[in-house]
Amino acid sequence: MTAVQEPKFSDFHDNDQKPVGFGRMLRKEDPRFIRGRGRYTDDVQLPGMLHLAILRSPYAHARILSVDTSAAEASPGVKVVVTGAMLAEKGLAWMPTLSNDVQAVLATDKVRFQGQEVAFVVADDRYHARDALELIEVDYEVLEPVVDARRALEPDAPLIRDDLQDKQNNHVFDWETGDEAATEAVFASADVVVQEDIVYPRVHPAPMETCGAVADFDAVEGKLKLWSTTQAPHAHRTLYAIVAGIPEHKIQVISPDIGGGFGNKVPIYPGYVCAIVGSILTGKPVKWMEDRSENLISTGFARDYIMRGEIAATRDGKILAIRTNVLADHGAFNGTAAPVKYPAGFFGVFTGSYDLQAAYCKMTAVYTNKAPGGVAYACSFRITEAVYLVERIVDCLAHELNMDPAELRIKNFIQPDQFPYETKTGWVYDSGNYEPTMRLAMDMAGYAELRKEQEAKRARGELMGIGIAFFTEAVGAGPRKHMDILGLGMADGCELRVHPTGKAVVRLSVQSQGQGHETTFAQIVAEEIGIPPADIEVVHGDTDQTPFGLGTYGSRSTPVSGAAAALVARKVRDKAQLIASGMLEVSVADLEWVKGAFQVKGDPGKSVTIQDIAFRAHGAGDLPEGVEGGLEAQICYNPSNLTYPHGAYICVVDIDPGTAQVKVRRFIAVDDCGTRINPMIIEGQVHGGLTDGVGMALMEMIAFDEDGNCLGASLMDYLIPTSLEVPDWETGYTVTPSPHHPIGAKGVGESATVGSPPAIVNAVVDALKPFGIRHADMPLTPSRVWDAMRGRATPPI
Amino acid sequence: MQVTMTVNDVEVTREIEGRLLLVHFLRDVLGLTGTHWGCDTSNCGTCVVWLDGEPVKSCTVLAAMAGGHEVRTVEGLSRNGELDPIQEGFMQCHGLQCGFCTPGMMMTCRALLDRNPDPTDAEIREAISGQICRCTGYSTIVRSVRWASVHEASKEVTA
Repeated sequence: MTAVQEPKFSDFHDNDQKPVGFGRMLRKEDPRFIRGRGRYTDDVQLPGMLHLAILRSPYAHARILSVDTSAAEASPGVKVVVTGAMLAEKGLAWMPTLSNDVQAVLATDKVRFQGQEVAFVVADDRYHARDALELIEVDYEVLEPVVDARRALEPDAPLIRDDLQDKQNNHVFDWETGDEAATEAVFASADVVVQEDIVYPRVHPAPMETCGAVADFDAVEGKLKLWSTTQAPHAHRTLYAIVAGIPEHKIQVISPDIGGGFGNKVPIYPGYVCAIVGSILTGKPVKWMEDRSENLISTGFARDYIMRGEIAATRDGKILAIRTNVLADHGAFNGTAAPVKYPAGFFGVFTGSYDLQAAYCKMTAVYTNKAPGGVAYACSFRITEAVYLVERIVDCLAHELNMDPAELRIKNFIQPDQFPYETKTGWVYDSGNYEPTMRLAMDMAGYAELRKEQEAKRARGELMGIGIAFFTEAVGAGPRKHMDILGLGMADGCELRVHPTGKAVVRLSVQSQGQGHETTFAQIVAEEIGIPPADIEVVHGDTDQTPFGLGTYGSRSTPVSGAAAALVARKVRDKAQLIASGMLEVSVADLEWVKGAFQVKGDPGKSVTIQDIAFRAHGAGDLPEGVEGGLEAQICYNPSNLTYPHGAYICVVDIDPGTAQVKVRRFIAVDDCGTRINPMIIEGQVHGGLTDGVGMALMEMIAFDEDGNCLGASLMDYLIPTSLEVPDWETGYTVTPSPHHPIGAKGVGESATVGSPPAIVNAVVDALKPFGIRHADMPLTPSRVWDAMRGRATPPI
Repeated sequence: MQVTMTVNDVEVTREIEGRLLLVHFLRDVLGLTGTHWGCDTSNCGTCVVWLDGEPVKSCTVLAAMAGGHEVRTVEGLSRNGELDPIQEGFMQCHGLQCGFCTPGMMMTCRALLDRNPDPTDAEIREAISGQICRCTGYSTIVRSVRWASVHEASKEVTA
C-alpha cells in the first residue's frame, strides 16, 4: 500500500463534541418555524400564478340537470371554468380511490354528498375565483338522501352508486375475522355475557392547515411539479401517473411543511386533480387552497362505526371471548386509505390486550350520502374504533361483575412469557409487558386514594369518575407480503450519503406533518454511525430527492422508515469498517466500533473516526481491494411484522351536577413504545393525541340533519379542545423493545388518540354510576350527559 | 383603494381592493407568509397579528381598517437579530410541532407577557384560549411561556 499524505479530518475540525444519539434534543426544524419561515403549500408563490376555487354541491343527493358557466366565464379575472362534463370528455371525471373504488373529480351525473365538487374556476386571484363561483348556475333535481347507515341497507333505500355497473344496493363490503362457531360455543357456556351497543360517531381530523396544492405544468418539458399537502408524496405521484397518463419520471410531488395531517392528508382529493387540470389548461401555475368549511365537509372524515359489543366471562372475572358486529358508514365513495387486504383497517385487534379463548367480528360497510374517507384522525387504521370497543365493553363487564376495572384488566392481560402472542384474530403481537405499565399508571395516579376520594364524594352527592383504558396498538404497516395500497407494497426506502468532510445527508421516503423527522431521523443515523445529528441533513417530502416509499400515516414512520434509517447507517458503517481496516492496516476482525470511530481491539490509541474514514473514502490513495470509493448506501426496508406499542391511561373527571359539564381534572398516560429516540418528541406526540381524545370523547362530532346537511361545517360548529378544556398532562413510560425492529422502536404517533377516548368515556360513565348507567355514547356534551343522568341517553346517530 | 400602514416598523403603501382581508394582504401582497390562514371565522387564531400592539385575528380585519395603524407579525418578533424569549421558549419547551399555529400563539403570548410578566398557568391558558393547536395539547405551550417569563425576569436582574 502506498503511503499517501492526506490531511486527517480532525486536523481541521473540532471533533471534541461527543456524537449524540438517542435522548432529548431540541428540534432542528424549529428555528424556521419560530421565525415564521416555515414553507407550507399556501406559502408557495410563483410568477404568474393563478388561483382555483371549487363550486360544491349544496345538496346531499341530487341529479345534475344542467350547468351554465357563461356568466362565470365573463366574470373579471376568470381564465377558465371547468365542469364535470368537460372533464368527462378527457376521461378525467372519475379517479380511483385508495380502496379500489372510484370517486368523482367533478360530478357529472349526480352529487352524492353535500360539499361534493361540481365545477371549478381558475382566476387571477382568490377573490375573483370565488366571485365567479357565485355566477355558475346549476339546476338540480333533489333526491332523497341516505343519511343513516341503517337506512342504507333497507330494500327501498335510494340507490347512491348508480354509476357502478350492476350495482343494485348501497352495500360496500362484508368482512369477518375470527372463528364464529368457536366464539358462539364459548358464549353459550359462559357464566356471564354482557352486551352493549356502542357508537363511535363521525369525527374530523381538522388539521390547522387545510388541504391544498400548487400545480405547475411545463408543457415544453412535459413535466408536472406539484406542491401539495400530502402525507404520501410517492404514492400520490404513482397514482397521478396512472390517472393522468403523465409519465412518472415527469412528475415531481413536493410535500413541503405540512400544518398537521392526522390522516386527513393521505387521500388524493379532487382539488389536487383540479389544480393539475387547471395548470395544464392555462399553462400557468395554479394554486388551490380549500377553506375551513370545505375541509370539514368534503375531506377525509374518521370513524362512523355503529358497533354491538359482546363479552363472555366467568363469574370471577376471567374474560373468555369477545364478539362484535359492526355497521360501517363509508360515505358516498369508499375512500378508505388502508392496505387493500384490510377493508376494515386493523380493526381485527379488537381483542385488545387480553388472553382470550375465542373472538369473532362481522362487519358490513355501506354507502351513504356523506363525505368519503374513513381512515383518518390518527386512527391507526381503525384501531381507535377497536380499542374503544374492547375497552368500553371490558368496563361494562366490570360494572356487571362489580369488579374494579383495573384489577379486571390485570387479571386478563396477556403474560410476558406468551409473546410473541397470536391473537384469536391472527395478529402476532411482537412484545409486551403489560402489568408494570398498568401498575405505574396506577401509582402515578394514586389510584387507591382516588377511589377513596370518589367514595367520599359520592356520599356527598358529588360526581367524580375514574376511567381506565389499556391498549395494544398495531403500527408500522407493513410486511409487503400482506400489505399494499393499490398494489404498492408498504415498504420504505432510505438513502444515506456521507460527504468527504464527514457531514451526511439522509433521504427518507416518509415526510413530516409536525412529527419532527428532521430531528429524530438525524438521531437514529447519529446513534448508528457516530456523526452528530447537527451534521446530518434530513431530506424528505420531495419525490425527486428521495427514494420511493409509502409515506407517513398509521404511526409507520419510526417502525418502517426508522428501521430503514438504522439499517442504511449500518450498511455505511460496514463499508467504513473495510476502509478503516486499510487505513489502520489491520484485518476487519481486529477492529471494534466505539461510537464514532473504529479502533484496533485492545489499542485505543490506534483508531480512525468516521469523519477520517469519510475523507479517505473520497480521497486520494488506495482503498482496500474490492472497495469502491464514496461512502453511501441505499436500502428498501420491508418490515417482517408490525410493532405493537401499548399503554395504560387513567382519567379523572368531575361532573357538575347542575350543568352536566364534564371537567377532565387529571389524565395520566403511561406509554410503552419500545426504544425511545427523543423523549421530548414522544411526550409531545402523546400530549397531542390525548387532546384529540378529549375532543372526541366530549366535544367533536360531524353530525348531519335528515336532509344530509353537514352540521359541523365550521369551527363554530365543530368544537375542538382549547387550552381550557384540557388538563396539564401527566406522562410516564415503560420500555419493552420490539424484537424485530433494528433499534427496538415502536410507533407512538397515534397511541394517545387510540387510548384516550375510552379512558375519558369510562371516567364519565364511572361518575354516572349512581344513576345506574353502564354506557353513554360520545360526544359527552353537557346536553348528552344531562340526558344520560335522566335516563334519556340516546345514541348520537 | 390605497392603503398605508406600518408593518414591522416599515411603512408600506399598496393599491388594494376594499374587501381584502389583512391576512391576505400580509401573505399575498407583502409576502409575509409567517401569518397563517386557518378558519375564516375567528376561531382558530393561526392568523393572529398585532394591531397597535393588541393581538387581533387578521382573517376578520380588512386591510383597509389597518390603514394608518401599526401592524406587527411573527416576522417582526425578533428585534435586532435577537430572538424574542417567547421564540426561545417555544423551542426549548417543545411548544410547537407542525408550526402552523405557532406564529399566532407566539404573538398572543408575547402580548400577554408585556402586560403580565409573571402569569400563572391559568392566566396563560386563558390568554391562548381563543386559539387552537392540534399538535401539542397546550401543556408545552404553557411551559414555553413560563420559560420566557423566567428568562426575561433573570435578564432584567442581570441588566
